[in-house]
Parts: sequence; C-alpha cells; structure tokens
Amino acid sequence: MLCGLSQIGSEEYDRNANLTKLSDMFKTFVAGIVLGVVATAAGLYYVPVVDQSREQSLVIVRPNQGNTETFYANVPMDRILIGAPSQQSPVPPGLQWPDNEGFANLRVELFKIRNAKDVVVGVASRIAANDEIPGDVIEWVLHLPARGSIYVSVQPEPQEGGHRVGTVQSGTREFDHMRGEISERWVADTAESDDASAGRIELITALAAQQAEL
Amino acid sequence: MIKHLFALLFGMAVGAAVFLGALFLNPLTTQQRLSPITVTDNDVVKLGYSAAAEDMLIYTNDGESRVDSHPAKVLQLWEAPIRKTRAIATVLTDSRGQAAGIGVKFSSDSETTNILKGQAIVDSVWHIYMPERGSLFVGQSENFWGYLREVVIPAYWNSADSWRGIWRGNVTAGPGALGTASVAGGSGEFAGLKSEGVEALSAKAYSVELGPVAIDGELSIEIPRKGSGASPDL
Repeated sequence: MLCGLSQIGSEEYDRNANLTKLSDMFKTFVAGIVLGVVATAAGLYYVPVVDQSREQSLVIVRPNQGNTETFYANVPMDRILIGAPSQQSPVPPGLQWPDNEGFANLRVELFKIRNAKDVVVGVASRIAANDEIPGDVIEWVLHLPARGSIYVSVQPEPQEGGHRVGTVQSGTREFDHMRGEISERWVADTAESDDASAGRIELITALAAQQAEL
Repeated sequence: MIKHLFALLFGMAVGAAVFLGALFLNPLTTQQRLSPITVTDNDVVKLGYSAAAEDMLIYTNDGESRVDSHPAKVLQLWEAPIRKTRAIATVLTDSRGQAAGIGVKFSSDSETTNILKGQAIVDSVWHIYMPERGSLFVGQSENFWGYLREVVIPAYWNSADSWRGIWRGNVTAGPGALGTASVAGGSGEFAGLKSEGVEALSAKAYSVELGPVAIDGELSIEIPRKGSGASPDL
C-alpha cells in the first residue's frame, strides 16, 4: 500500500517536473519572440537600407560669396547617348532614335560626369534644340546621386573665349536653394597618345545659397 | 540547455517573421491612389511612357541588376557613386498616344528609405523637351513601397515567379506637402514656370527574372493658367 502511494507520488513529481521544464521552454520561446521583434525593429532602424557612395566634394569658396566646383565629361568615353536624327554610328550601338519630324532639330546627350580628380560622381543630360517657338535651347541637368540635381539653361551664344554661360533654374536636395551660373566649355585634348580622348566638356558651377524671402 | 537555445532562436525567428509580416500588412502605409493634381482648376499636361526597359530609347543601370540595359551595348553605370542610379531616355506621348517629347530620367536609391515607415524612396529628376513647346524639369522623391508590396513581392511568392494583374498608384511622394513633385520650366511656353506634378505607374505584369514586363508611367504636370500666376515655390 505504502509502496503504491510512493509510486504515485513519484509519477506526480515527474509530471510536475516535466510541466515546469515545458513551461520554462515556453517562456524562453516567448522571450525569443520579443527579442526577435526588437532585434528586427532595431536592425531596420539603425542599419541603412541604402548607403550611397560619396566622393569628397572639391568645392572652392569664392571671395565674394558662394562657391565653385568643376565637372568634366570625357568625350567620347563618358558619353552614354547621342540622340539625334540620321546618325551613321549611333551611340549607343543599336539605338533606334525616333524618326519623327518633331525631333528633327533636337539633340539629346547623356554623359557620366567627373569631379576635378577625374572620378565619376554623377550623370548629366544635355538637350540642344532649335525650334521656332522656344528658339535656340541648350540645357543641362546634372544629377549627383548623393547630393542632388541642378537644372541649367545655357545662353546659346558663346562668350569671349568660346565658353557658354548658363543660369541655374532649379535644383533638388543640396541644390534646392542654390542659384548661380554655370559655364560650359569644350577643351580639346592635345595629347598625342593613342588612347587620348577627343577632349572634354568642362562645366564650372558658381553657386550661392538663395536668400530666403522674409 | 540546448533545447532552451533552440526555443530562443526559434522564438526570435518567429518574432522577426511576425514583425516583418505586420510591416508588410500595415494598412497605414497604403499608397495614395488619387493624385492631388486631379482636383486642380488649372490645365494639366499628361505625358505617358512605357516603363519597360526594352520599350525605351535607352535604359542603363549598374549592369548587375535584374533589369537588363537596353540597348545591350549602352554604357553602364558601374562606378561606385552612380552604381545605385538608373538613367533612361524615352519618347513621351500625349493623351492621344502621339509623340509629344523626349524625356530623360535619372533615378537614384535614396538614403531616406525607411522600411519601418513603409518608405522605399527613390530620388529622381526628369529633363523633358517638347518640340515647339519648350522644356521642363521635374524633381521628385518617389515611394515604391506600394509597388513592392503589391506587385514585386507577390511575384516572388507566385509559383510561376511572376505577377499579373492591374496595379495603379502614384509614386511621387514629395517634395511638395501634398506629395507632389516640383516642376520648373526652362524654355518656350514653360519659361519661368514653377508648378507641381505627379508621376503614376500602371503595372500589368512583372517577372522575377526580367523585372517589369508590362508597365506604363504617366506624368501629370499642372500648368497654371495665364494671368492666374504660378503656384508658390515649393
């Protein structure tokens, strides 16, 4: 009789012990869920999903106000697109430019642009057109992924020295409140090596922060 | 002890899955489908384009992304500072489907992307020229969260590795207070223009292997009536 009672007590004890272990494991599991939620939230909060590569901005501060920066596009190496009618060797090869009468006086070019250290820092588009209503149009959009974009209208007539001057019309992010001028100049490559470029388009910005209206 | 460690790790995996599931299903991050431009009294210029790479004049990226460059020999944007950037040039059509201009778009993944807030942000600009009319610049932040949630991720879940259906949404999320893009005119009838715009996408098919297969984009640009004055600067 006593032996039987002792056996029942032992089984009860084992069952209780198992339940305690199971309960502890369940608590660990629930703690894991909470930890998983917190860790995922923290990871998404602190680890940047996008991390743009940056080159040091080579900006020269002007004595009066604002700053200047120089960009280049090596031609033809940095040219992504020449969009113009009737090209014998289209850039890029395989390009099918629309044979549309409206685009007859339009030339669209896309470039990679480099900083003064010759490192690619962005892309740019140049649109040149000669239509009856807008007249002669030359425009640039410079897009620097880590910084922002600049939209420039260039005077078609070249200045003394062969460069053209443009006015910043608009900008985004870092250039949102920047206004000023950009000069566009063709610099021929005088090197005689076989891998020399034909030249480079030089763009020099002279920008200053726009005064806020009170 | 090992059983406890296993329970903890399993719990963490479940917790992460529950959190990501809640983020994915969060109704507060649903993208707006009605454009603020639709309620304007001003004229609206609508410019359409096919957003599938092979329908564009050129499409280029880092050369390692899912979407192949077009044409195949176009210069790729592999340098580190432009590796997360796409460049396109495309014909823009008017509401009757006629060629109305040429558009160049640069898009870069944005560091303001915040998955916790349902923001998959791309900073982009359009450089547009419309013959006999003039030129425009559109600067915007686009939020592709709705597109990712309702088109791209379902394509991965589908056993055929593709998605088919009808999805339409405004991707423009700023910088305007109402989620509009800033528009600046450069020449012709748009010279001096300061206005707002919205870009919308309309997707019909997406392939995990090829990326967007049937997808159209539409830019709506508000043109203030003469005499009414331009919209205030954004």
